[in-house]
Amino acid sequence: MRNLSARVRGAPDRLLRDVSLSVAPGEVRGLVGESGAGKSMIGKAVLGILPRAVEVLSGEILLEGTDLLRLAPADRRRRIGATCALIPQDPLTALNPSRRIGPQMTDRLIDILGWSRTKAQDRARDLLAEVQITDPDRVLRQYPHELSGGMRQRVLIAAAFAAEPKLIVADEPTTALDVTVQKEVLRLIAGMQARHGTALLFVTHDLGVVSKVCQSLTVLYGGLVVENTTLRDFFPAPAHPYARALLAATPKYTDPGSSLVPVPQAVLDGVQAQVVAADRGWRNG
Amino acid sequence: MQLFRAVILRLLTTAVTLSGVAVIVFVVIRVVPGNPIAMMLPPGATDEDVARLTALYGLDKSIFRQFLIWAGGVLQGDFGTSITTRQPVLGLVLGRLPATLELSVMALVIATVIGGFAALTGTRLRGTRSEAAIDVANGMALSVPDFLWGLVLILLFGVLWPVFHISGRVTPSIDLPFTTNFYLIESLVRLRPDLWWDIVSHMLLPALALAIPLAAIIGQVLKQSLKETMHLDYVTLSRTKGYSETHVITREALPNAVLPALTLVGVQFTFLIGGTVIIERLFSYEGLGNMAIDAVINRDLPLIQGIVILFAVIFTGVNLIVDLAYAALNPRLRHG
Repeated sequence: MRNLSARVRGAPDRLLRDVSLSVAPGEVRGLVGESGAGKSMIGKAVLGILPRAVEVLSGEILLEGTDLLRLAPADRRRRIGATCALIPQDPLTALNPSRRIGPQMTDRLIDILGWSRTKAQDRARDLLAEVQITDPDRVLRQYPHELSGGMRQRVLIAAAFAAEPKLIVADEPTTALDVTVQKEVLRLIAGMQARHGTALLFVTHDLGVVSKVCQSLTVLYGGLVVENTTLRDFFPAPAHPYARALLAATPKYTDPGSSLVPVPQAVLDGVQAQVVAADRGWRNG
Repeated sequence: MQLFRAVILRLLTTAVTLSGVAVIVFVVIRVVPGNPIAMMLPPGATDEDVARLTALYGLDKSIFRQFLIWAGGVLQGDFGTSITTRQPVLGLVLGRLPATLELSVMALVIATVIGGFAALTGTRLRGTRSEAAIDVANGMALSVPDFLWGLVLILLFGVLWPVFHISGRVTPSIDLPFTTNFYLIESLVRLRPDLWWDIVSHMLLPALALAIPLAAIIGQVLKQSLKETMHLDYVTLSRTKGYSETHVITREALPNAVLPALTLVGVQFTFLIGGTVIIERLFSYEGLGNMAIDAVINRDLPLIQGIVILFAVIFTGVNLIVDLAYAALNPRLRHG
């Protein structure tokens, strides 16, 4: 992704401010920032599901060398469907309640990729087994309401890998889950990603999660990339003061007695000034 | 098993409802002014003639006694004899029922097709001028009652551009070789497209008049329901799979959006059946509603009772069908 800018149609300010980031094959990149920083917006832009009110102003989204934004809408849709996938945030609302699990996992393979029904079903069965679902055939015949939240999240993870996508966007996949299940789901995603060698863009607000599954990360503030680095460089000492404050603000489970540290106001003022400066440059250019 | 029990329970409550309707109708039409006997006799009739006829029809007894006699007959399948035509009420009413059923169902089908199409198109084109145009048309269709639509249609397609028939159920000169009164269905079964078209061109305008307001309601409710469904995560997920907007709306959102709309359509359909009374009159269509108006004008008490009971049976039947359809469409209820 290069220099991507977007805004709400007609609004004076941008939501994304010249965002550039990349995910290499097999890499897991964390995308962190506070609420409203634009991290989910980036995931949506990649998958072509930005809300109607949001328009892309400039920049490009390159997928294996092709700029998705320059494709005709129908081509872009099919290209994304064939090469990208989404692991959604809330497993309870991300499955269609009136359709069985089987068709929901195989529809893309059959309709978009042109697989045969049997081949797609075999694939779905294998993937369910891979996410440690014990009776795949039964689950394929069931409706979403017959499965627990954890089971549904497994189904969604398995479905995301079904078409062997090049890139998967995981949109806060653990936020809606119980803390006890979170760890297991993280391990599952990381394991699947490693086995399939997929590039993974992991959207989260939790630096603890990033430290467990990612190799690199991008920190956003107000739609502006403040830090783009590898995990190894980040964790001892983030370069940007905001990133440093964010790291310090992360609750430490190892030390339950420590109190929460807010991001200092001076740091917020500093990064806000940077956003304003970026906008000044954008308006004049 | 659970479904079976629910149906039995519904039939029992239906029986109670129908008894209540029977009592109310029976009492009301005897309390309001107007005397069937006076309507039947020539102006010069003596008081003795009046008394004799009144006794003949049992109208000299108390309302309570009259009701017991009538209810006893109904339980044995005897709805009494029409005062004006001297024929059994049951036969008269069942003879007209097919005409009204065919008209109502045709109106419902037209309303569902138009309303469904409007809702889907409006959702597909949301945020554009076309959506606004559909909304405006919807509001217009909704704010004009069915009998005014009937008059408009008569003017447009019966007078200014006479392409359809505006009176009756079939061209009177045609001798129908039918054994049932389901003309529309029987003309299809007997493979007589010529008769079928004559019947359809008679039914189309009254059916359309009934359908337009219902289509607007279906369009509005379904569109609102679709709008809420379109925001859900599984719809977004389906978009990322590479599906077109049309596919996403019809395959993912529609099946879930239909459920809330269905209950309302059931309720509205019973209103539509009520609307046939006026519309059949307007188009001289020989159905139950037209017969009901004649029966009221002539104070034909047994016939009014029979028609009202039949309408009540249809209403409760429609509600039962809607509930069953709801259960069939919702997997959560099916597998309880």
